[in-house]
Amino acid sequence: MIHATGRNGSDRMTRQELGIGMDLLRVEDVKVSFPLATGQVDALKGVGLRVLPGKITALVGESGSGKSVLGQTIMGLQPDFARVSGRVLLTDPAAPGGKVELLGLPRDGRLIRSVRGRKIGMIFQEPMTSFSALHTIGNQISEALRIHEPISAKEQRERSEDMLSLVGFTKPGKVFDMYPFELSGGMRQRAMIAMALICSPQLLIADEPTTALDVTIQAQILTLLRDLQQRLNMAILLITHDLGVVANVTDEVVVLYQGRIMESGPVDDIFRRPQHPYLKGLMAAIPHFGMKQGERLRPLRDIQINRDKLMTAIGGAKPAPKTSAPEILLSVRNLSKTYQTRDQAWDIRTSAKPAPAVDDVSFDIKRGECLGLVGESGCGKTTVSKILMRAVTPDAGSVIYDDGSGPVDVLAAKGEDLQRLRTQIQMVFQDPVSSLSPRMTVGNILSEPLDIHRRGTPLQRRETVDALLGAIGLGQSARHRYPHSFSGGQRQRVGIARALALAPGLIVCDEPVSALDVSVQAQILNLLKDLQKDLGLTYLFISHNLAVVDYMADRVAVMWAGRIVEIAARETIMTAPVHPYTKALLAAVPYPDLDRRLNFATFEGNTALTSTNWAPAFRAEPDAVADLAPLDLGSGHFVLARKSADRNDLKP
Amino acid sequence: MIRYITLRTLAMIPTLFLISVLVFFIIELPPGDYFESYVSELRSLGESADLAEIDMLRERYGFDQPQVIRYIWWVGGMLHGDFGYSFEYRLPVSEVVGDRLWLTVLLSTVTILFTWIIAFPIGIYSATHQYSWGDYGLTFLGLLGIAVPNFMLALVMMYFANIWFGVSIGNLMDRQFLNEPMSMAKFSSIMSHIWIPVVIIGTSGTAAMVRRLRANLLDELHKQYVVTARAKGLHPFKVLVKYPLRMALNFFISDIGSILPAMISGAEVTAIVLSLETTGPMLIRALQSQDMYLAGSFLMFLAFLTVIGVLISDIALTFLDPRIRLGKGSSK
Repeated sequence: MIHATGRNGSDRMTRQELGIGMDLLRVEDVKVSFPLATGQVDALKGVGLRVLPGKITALVGESGSGKSVLGQTIMGLQPDFARVSGRVLLTDPAAPGGKVELLGLPRDGRLIRSVRGRKIGMIFQEPMTSFSALHTIGNQISEALRIHEPISAKEQRERSEDMLSLVGFTKPGKVFDMYPFELSGGMRQRAMIAMALICSPQLLIADEPTTALDVTIQAQILTLLRDLQQRLNMAILLITHDLGVVANVTDEVVVLYQGRIMESGPVDDIFRRPQHPYLKGLMAAIPHFGMKQGERLRPLRDIQINRDKLMTAIGGAKPAPKTSAPEILLSVRNLSKTYQTRDQAWDIRTSAKPAPAVDDVSFDIKRGECLGLVGESGCGKTTVSKILMRAVTPDAGSVIYDDGSGPVDVLAAKGEDLQRLRTQIQMVFQDPVSSLSPRMTVGNILSEPLDIHRRGTPLQRRETVDALLGAIGLGQSARHRYPHSFSGGQRQRVGIARALALAPGLIVCDEPVSALDVSVQAQILNLLKDLQKDLGLTYLFISHNLAVVDYMADRVAVMWAGRIVEIAARETIMTAPVHPYTKALLAAVPYPDLDRRLNFATFEGNTALTSTNWAPAFRAEPDAVADLAPLDLGSGHFVLARKSADRNDLKP
Repeated sequence: MIRYITLRTLAMIPTLFLISVLVFFIIELPPGDYFESYVSELRSLGESADLAEIDMLRERYGFDQPQVIRYIWWVGGMLHGDFGYSFEYRLPVSEVVGDRLWLTVLLSTVTILFTWIIAFPIGIYSATHQYSWGDYGLTFLGLLGIAVPNFMLALVMMYFANIWFGVSIGNLMDRQFLNEPMSMAKFSSIMSHIWIPVVIIGTSGTAAMVRRLRANLLDELHKQYVVTARAKGLHPFKVLVKYPLRMALNFFISDIGSILPAMISGAEVTAIVLSLETTGPMLIRALQSQDMYLAGSFLMFLAFLTVIGVLISDIALTFLDPRIRLGKGSSK
């Protein structure tokens, strides 16, 4: 793929002639505010930064810091009603004076449109919603070519296919005619990158390009971005909240907090010598590997919780655990579930068997422990949680719950038993926005489980709700407010309080912090930890974020393609993993540490994570009836491998 | 794809069978039959009825047979195009309905076109200029249009047309063309009459459609892919037409299912007020007088159109929306 650079060769020559010290993009004292009925919100309060040609500049900040607004404003894509002032200068050798001032151009006019897509490309966080589902990938990629370059349809197709192969598609001709929903998230993000780069822009604004992706896919996309950036000699403005990503790919860092720039400079200075308290706090709030036992995260803003009241409200309602209570709270055996696709539901002949979502999964959760369940999206971890909640019926397997009052078959429970079970297993969901009804006050949300199970008198329920609010650090006034008036972290706390209301024995946390900001994430994790300690809770903690699981879990199970490939104590998984998938997963985590950068060579091409590259001991024999089985490596460490596997292959 | 269409078409058969049983059952529900109500009507007028003729008709149409037999005759007849005999008009149902049916289709088609032509630009304007004065004004007019009943609007228009212009706006054509074969003169007469019922019937539909198009578009306008398209440098209007509008079209297509039967049965009351020569008033009259074959065939026809309409919209959607065509199961 030469001509993506070749076509714009003259442009690039000029830029190089201009010298390295020349900024590609200079943002000067940009202010953006949104007038609202209740006053005005200042999203950006005088921001200045520069993007050097051929370098990656990171714009770091939490949600609400204004980082996305800045990205949009540079492109002139901010909402109509936004008030903008300041200057954004883009170096353009063709323009008089060598620079174009973007903010002064007529809104959506011809001039700014000639910059969009051609001079500056943009990619977004959500690869699914960034594509229209009704148009083919090829149509949407070549659209920018149709707008900016008068070339024939055949050339458009050629250029698009070249670009698709450049971003790593092996069959670009096929992908060109596919629809976005036929691709996986990572593939869609690759296509999105192809779409943004098709006209070889000098600057790519990447707004959280890997946030919605799995950690292994994230590593691939970061590798790709870095590779393309070097090959096309383009600059990237990387908008992100993930300091791990920043440490691994960027040259310069700009830290944004509440519309102001806190700190900026080369990545070395920022990470090794952070000056501003905000940046220092942010660094301390991120869970990282190798934290000492008992070491706590330090959230930027701590929440005050009222433990004593909670203990009386919830702890009191719960019978003291009998001494005879078994050690194992929940026992899952040989769980399998295969979803039927719609085509097959119509099809009388079940010819091609779909891959099972959950395949022969067995594990135990001990009383009072936190079992981490790790895996990428689509590996079946959420299906497992849904089966435990009786929201999905498995095809085979058993789930036995025993809190000391006798074992209950979770999958067969009916009537009274089921009602009781429903109070015992509760769930905390990923999305704090959609998991709370917008039409109920927080008080109603919290008392609903108590109402359903007729716990106590209305007065006692009120008291319990008050205690719950205290436990999550929200005041009494929160009771009458609706979820929309709370921030994401506060809403997630309400979700946790709701799960606590019935004093459950087991709480399934399905990605409880992945939608939250770093600083808020630390709050929630600490809250969950404290509650576990005080109330003796048991967690099944599902997450794709290994650092978070490392912080929370006592034991960790790693899932891949519906199976648990490895399960062991936390330290064992993190320091001495045996299964190649676990190793790949660990290798893909970007550390916010300049001395432990990702090994990008591992992720070139997409093959690093497919099972074909694994040692034969971990691959199912093609014609064998006897499948892989969990092998005991001692002290509760199991790994999925061939029964005949050589023990030497199973060393970490 | 072909497989899907075939299965989908075959699924219509049991649906239609169930509907026919239901229609027959409902028509048989009121006590007595057409002849009884006819005789009692004649008696109340003080005339004597020819009981021998009525008994003969009764026998001929199997009214002395059990219900199951009559149901089989009715359905069997419809299968080869015999829709039965209208007792009130003393004519086969197909002849009674004939002219009126295509006038109804004409009126409804024009109304739908009118609705779309007016609703689309207004809906797009309202959505793209949300909370502007134009949006508020059009919303107000639209709500008025939804709130005012059609027959009321018809009466008001009739009154003012008479007072101001001295014309009567009833009917679909001038008197002399009734029951005449089609000619240029008749056609132009229809055309000069049709716009009044079109405006009256179309108002509320237009208003409702504007509101729905606005709501659908507003949902789509804030989606990420719209920003993506703008970030490529596409002209805002082209963005609008290519992406959100295209996405919002789906509900128009799903609407076909309800539009077809509404075309035939719709706007009865307005049609009565304006004395239009459409099928609406006839259906009501047939139901009142227990003219069972006429009413039954009507209802069956409506049901058939509904089922066909849903089929058409389903198939059209599979063609137009690749997610339905290719999507297997759910996509995140």
